[in-house]
Amino acid sequence: MRGKGIWSSMVEVPAAPARLWPRLQLRALFYRPRGDSPIKRLFIHLALWVACLIAVYPVLRVVTISLRPANKLLTTSLAIIPEDATLANYMELLFGRPGRPTEFYLWIWNSLVITVTTATIGLLLSATAAYAFSRFRFPGRNAGLIFLLSTQMFPAAMLLLPLFIMISRLGLINSYLGLVIAYSVTAVPFSIWMLKGYYDTIPRDLEEAALIDGASRLGVLWHIIRPLSTPALAIAFLFNFMSSWNEYIVARIILNKREMYTWPLGLWTFTEQYTVLWGKFAAASILVAVPVTLLFLYSSRWLISGLTLGGVKE
Amino acid sequence: MGALTPSLMIRSLGQVLGFVFAIAVVLALLEGYVYLLFFRRPRSLPSAVFARGVQSAIAILLVLLTLRFLDRMGLVADLVAAWGLTPVVTLPERLWDAWAALTPMPWRLILPPVAVLVLEAAIYLTGEPRPSRLGLAYVLVLPALVGISFLIIIPFLFEVRLAFSNMAMYTAQNPQFGLQYGIENFIKVFTGPVAKDATFFEVLGRTVLWTVINVSLHVTGGLILALLLNRSMRLRGLYRTILILPWAVPSTITAMAWRNEFDFRYGFFNILLRNAQQFFTDLAAQTQTLPLIYDLFNWLSQAIHPVPWRQDPTWAFISVVMTNVWLGIPFMMVVILGGLQSISQEYYEAAEIDGASKWQQFRHITLPLLRPVLVPATILGTVWTFNRFEVIYLVTQGGPQEKTDILVSSLYKAIFQFYRYGFSAAFALVIFLILLLWSIIYLRITRGLRGVYE
Repeated sequence: MRGKGIWSSMVEVPAAPARLWPRLQLRALFYRPRGDSPIKRLFIHLALWVACLIAVYPVLRVVTISLRPANKLLTTSLAIIPEDATLANYMELLFGRPGRPTEFYLWIWNSLVITVTTATIGLLLSATAAYAFSRFRFPGRNAGLIFLLSTQMFPAAMLLLPLFIMISRLGLINSYLGLVIAYSVTAVPFSIWMLKGYYDTIPRDLEEAALIDGASRLGVLWHIIRPLSTPALAIAFLFNFMSSWNEYIVARIILNKREMYTWPLGLWTFTEQYTVLWGKFAAASILVAVPVTLLFLYSSRWLISGLTLGGVKE
Repeated sequence: MGALTPSLMIRSLGQVLGFVFAIAVVLALLEGYVYLLFFRRPRSLPSAVFARGVQSAIAILLVLLTLRFLDRMGLVADLVAAWGLTPVVTLPERLWDAWAALTPMPWRLILPPVAVLVLEAAIYLTGEPRPSRLGLAYVLVLPALVGISFLIIIPFLFEVRLAFSNMAMYTAQNPQFGLQYGIENFIKVFTGPVAKDATFFEVLGRTVLWTVINVSLHVTGGLILALLLNRSMRLRGLYRTILILPWAVPSTITAMAWRNEFDFRYGFFNILLRNAQQFFTDLAAQTQTLPLIYDLFNWLSQAIHPVPWRQDPTWAFISVVMTNVWLGIPFMMVVILGGLQSISQEYYEAAEIDGASKWQQFRHITLPLLRPVLVPATILGTVWTFNRFEVIYLVTQGGPQEKTDILVSSLYKAIFQFYRYGFSAAFALVIFLILLLWSIIYLRITRGLRGVYE
């Protein structure tokens, strides 16, 4: 083995003397992490290329289909860019046809309203409780924690029947509120669990110092914990947003009027009519997926840390 | 029809903002109520009479409102009727009607909360502070407690009651409750079909198979990719981003896209298989003179052929598993990668000095140190896979003949396709018990782990 510790520290020196630069660069070129041989590295890259291809190809296929003209939808061609590629599907979705306005914006709007409301309610009901579960010992705390953990174990489908009956007796079928209530069932306990994990990582010293200085517990909560927890609240919001944004199955039973559809339901109407509307389905998928995917990738670091806080750390 | 208009936007915003605002107001008043209970003590006898009087009146009203809510949901309707409680339970409603007759519309809604607020302020002013150690905890927990009671606890109790009823499509309005219905429902879960064709144990077996295959492939795939990525190399960030893609793209979209790829004629997999078959047929035609090689190509050209993904139960099951494996690997990869990065390099350097092989390093350093990440992730992954039926629903809809249904998707069908409400509630409780057993095991294991690693 080479003395890799020395090499890496030299490579990372930010401002090396000018005279040393050429030598250093040469060494950087031959610096081998963990001593992998070139052949091994080649195979690693090959394997990762194959994996990436598998990961990306199904998505690429959707792009392909979205670019096909209507008369070439049914083809056995595997070309990524189809012949006679056209943006007609996108145009029809975005601007509609004469005499037939597009429903696309309506579906996106419905989804947006429902999702943002759910995420807001999730935070409203959970933020303070998470702090209490993290900091206070009170009768009922352990029972509450076990209850919260077990809610992570059970599918929303478990409670779908009573919820459906309750929502329909409240007259909330085909309304935003019905779906918001159904989604909150998972959003609230999840947010508590995740935020509790976050508050656990904030050292208590800060609060204790403030308490010694004469602050009240409420004052501590407002002046110290609230500003510190903004990022965690943002993550919880984003999480609840993501999980209800993509939801299809519950939406299907609560909403059955076309003008109330969220985008997953709207997309499904394209695929229901067999192969005819594949192009529109694919174009709509791309239009929805691009912003959401970018948001996910951008925030994935925090999302993942949030998930491990809630799930993996007890 | 169908277009988004400004008036529609304003209407929908008004609806949800009103809802959120109403929740906030009710919660704030409740918080004030609980705060006064814990942190304020009446200063004199008259103020004590006033405060306790108002507080018990509000408490009674809250109880009555909850009862009325349960009654309207049909959760306790039969009990209320049987015990002659209807006049008591409908009291808040009759009060409200009288109130509504007196006051015009905006005031009708604005005045009651204001009145409660004024009463609370009066209690505050006529009292003196009292220290409370637990008060703050309960004040903080209250919103979640209220939310979870209405969102989870009441629906769950409702489900238990429904399991002991004969509620179905034609008895949805006035179901009968009784022990005999419950027994009948639970017997039907284990003996009859759970949706239309499939029986409970058949579906249970398939669910276990589905979970085991998926989770083991998720963990294996995620582990391999994480090990490949866990080194400094070029393009690492790019690989990582692309490999997360199946998780990042909305799963509804990818599941629907995969569903299209299983089309017999135009789906990707059959195109691929057909092309491969064509390729080997051509090869066989060209190598007819070479005995062994011809046999091989001939055999291949017959063995490889397009597959009826939608019609054949086995292939349909394989198609959903393929989709779900593709969807689930990135999550495991990311979790395991996080675990790998927290392992100090010094262990490996020490092992290399001692002459340990790569496999030995993996076996005796990587795996044990990954355990705290791997065990909870696997167990949670198991539960999620067990519960996750939207992939099945979107790709095969459980077909053909319910041969790709898992427990939760059968439950969904029993409720929303066959309207067997009482039966479905019993079925849901059975699934609940299975998951409860598993989560007890989970708690045991993680507790045990905590003991080991602390």
